[in-house]
Amino acid sequence: MPRINSPGELEAVRREIESQADRAKPCVLICAGSGCIASGAAEVIAAFRAEIENQGLAVDIGTKGTGCHGFCERGPVVVLYPEEICYLQVKPEDVPEIVSKTLKGKEIVERLVYADRATGEKASRESEIPFYKNQQRHVIGSNVRIDPKSIEDYMALGGYTALSKALCDMTAVEVLGEIKKSNLRGRGGGGFPTGRKWEESRNAPGDIKYVIVNADEGDPGAYMDRSVLEGNPHSVLEGLIIGGWAVGACQGFVYVRQEYPLAVENLMIAIEQATEYGFLGQNILGSGFDFKVTVHRGAGAFVCGESSALMTAIEGKAGEPRPKYIHTAIKGVWDRPSVLNNVETWANVPLIIARGADWFTQFGTEKSKGTKIFSLVGKINNTGLVEVPMGTTLRDIIFKVGGGIPGGRKFKAVQTGGPSGGCIPESMLDLEVGFDELSKVGSMMGSGGMIIMDEDTCMVDVARYFLDFLADESCGKCVPCREGIRQMLKILTNITQGKGKEGDIERLEELAEVAGYAALCALGRTAPNPFLSTLKYFREEYEAHIRDKKCPALSCKELIAYYIDPNKCRACMTCSKQCPSNAIDGGKNRIHVIEQDKCTKCGTCFEVCPSRFGAVTKISGAPVPPPIPEEARIITRESKQK
Amino acid sequence: MDKEQIDKIVAKYHGEPSALIQILLDIQSENRWLPGEALQMVAEALDVPLTRIQHIATFYKAFSLVPKGRHEIHICMGTACHVRGASRVLDTVEGHTGIKPGETDLDMKFSLETVNCLGCCALGPVIEIDGKPHGRMAPAKALEVLKNYE
Repeated sequence: MPRINSPGELEAVRREIESQADRAKPCVLICAGSGCIASGAAEVIAAFRAEIENQGLAVDIGTKGTGCHGFCERGPVVVLYPEEICYLQVKPEDVPEIVSKTLKGKEIVERLVYADRATGEKASRESEIPFYKNQQRHVIGSNVRIDPKSIEDYMALGGYTALSKALCDMTAVEVLGEIKKSNLRGRGGGGFPTGRKWEESRNAPGDIKYVIVNADEGDPGAYMDRSVLEGNPHSVLEGLIIGGWAVGACQGFVYVRQEYPLAVENLMIAIEQATEYGFLGQNILGSGFDFKVTVHRGAGAFVCGESSALMTAIEGKAGEPRPKYIHTAIKGVWDRPSVLNNVETWANVPLIIARGADWFTQFGTEKSKGTKIFSLVGKINNTGLVEVPMGTTLRDIIFKVGGGIPGGRKFKAVQTGGPSGGCIPESMLDLEVGFDELSKVGSMMGSGGMIIMDEDTCMVDVARYFLDFLADESCGKCVPCREGIRQMLKILTNITQGKGKEGDIERLEELAEVAGYAALCALGRTAPNPFLSTLKYFREEYEAHIRDKKCPALSCKELIAYYIDPNKCRACMTCSKQCPSNAIDGGKNRIHVIEQDKCTKCGTCFEVCPSRFGAVTKISGAPVPPPIPEEARIITRESKQK
Repeated sequence: MDKEQIDKIVAKYHGEPSALIQILLDIQSENRWLPGEALQMVAEALDVPLTRIQHIATFYKAFSLVPKGRHEIHICMGTACHVRGASRVLDTVEGHTGIKPGETDLDMKFSLETVNCLGCCALGPVIEIDGKPHGRMAPAKALEVLKNYE
């Protein structure tokens, strides 16, 4: 690997990479993101390599494991380049057929292409699939074509040209100006203007400054940062180096959760490669700028996503936040000016520098510019990562891109912003997503988690779930958070267990107010949001739990009972065989009855009862009918009598 | 873990006290838990008080101060898995193994932990055993999976 010493050399190396024979040849691109790996992508990659070798095509066709394609629902995803034929849910046993039919015979394997679940309409190219068609994938789009372990792949797509432009054609102040002009706002939570943060640090006194990537993505149900870091680590690194130049920092840190081993691995490789090419180290691209990057693995603490806590953790201490009378941009790691931005924010930086602030600001709303990646999960047909321009309506994201709610169920709410965010009801589906728009309705953008809930989700339980999460993750340093959240959790747990009392809602509101004002950091101050937003839009559910001891969504375990309707049960024994606690009495030709005292309410019977019978039901707020007498349980089947 | 192994890990970070968390993570991943003697050795090697090491070892979730069972079960309790019924899966696994999250059974067969998002939400509810994810779980299905581990 040659060290690159000037923009001219970079262009020459890039041209050389581009002209390599390997680049032009057809290639099988297989998603090797965490989601697809969990669905068996590693085996598919191995099968392709073996089969291509077997059929003597190894010289003509390449195989590549790429970053996350985003369509996790139908993984493992395989794209055949250059035709861009897209196969979904590919298994190792499908591989020989793909190789002989499509790679050799140019014939499409119909059963593996996308088919709309409702209309049956097919689409054989990624760009034609509704999930992709309705997105604008600027940040995550390159994932599809890059082997994250190859810097050459990134450079072939123009990688590190933004760095060269920033260091050699622009002054640090001009770079800062471009970022300010783009109105880029932090993608990790609060949406603070990135340029302002950089400027504050740049103007702060001190020779030693730091820039930091926050890859401590702890929001349960959000994994976009993981996919960017795993799938395109160089884009984050390039952004960080540019940021270092603009701020005047000599060192960068990447704080990444150790729970993301693939992200750590790919990042380490990326740093090594960037150092060899001279994008990191002394005198980068001959500009005189020196910069190095250190990786700090987070040891598992949600609060470390908070800026001051994260910086304390980098110092090798327990990650507890501190009051921020003085911003971390002025006094951060070891009391030195430190700029902290989230993974997605950094990944946007090279795009803005390469294409200009004007390009960036043409997407989005007045106050929220550019695109945003959301992780669309929960009760949704197309689980996956979605990148859309700011200002896209929730309805478009959930129904056009996400394909709506599975099983014909009804949409109930969407939770955004993770444990600091809130639930947005159906009546607000036409809300355009943006930092301020979401805050206005009592939720927030957060890092971009979007959890879809249907009518079977209990909103009181959702509030309890998030407070349970936060009670566990509170660092314990300040009282309003440590004690307030615990008391709120206690009351909410009681409500979901049918032990709610009149006055509980008011007490919760009081505790929420105190935590909202008095907690030390954002974790505590925003902790009441899940409760407050569900109370605002779903108050009647709270009242039903407290007054009628009833869970309207039929979800809270202590408030429901499972019951087999004797008129519908056909004694098929499916449920009785699968019940983990042997709580179902019944046998061949005998109507099944649940023994309530043995039932652990795991719901297995409800799930396995054949839909043509639909005999198992959930009851809440009413007593379970007594079991029918033994003699009435015998079923005489007509066919047997003949 | 013997002193030689600890020294090797400490040397990797040039004996920097600020690398304490990284050093403990390496010991945890090699040994699967942090024995008291190991912490004592780290304290001496880095010249930091043992109390600070214990503060860190108890603050962060990645560290375990007790030995782990032969198989580590991680049940994803991320929001996506939660709305798809992860808590029912957890209840069933707790009932079957007789342990709660954070515990190890007396035969040292299973250790149970809950985690907050494994990042494969499309497969939820997910449980991960010894690093291998098992997707689209339900109570009865989870018990089937557990039967494969000895």
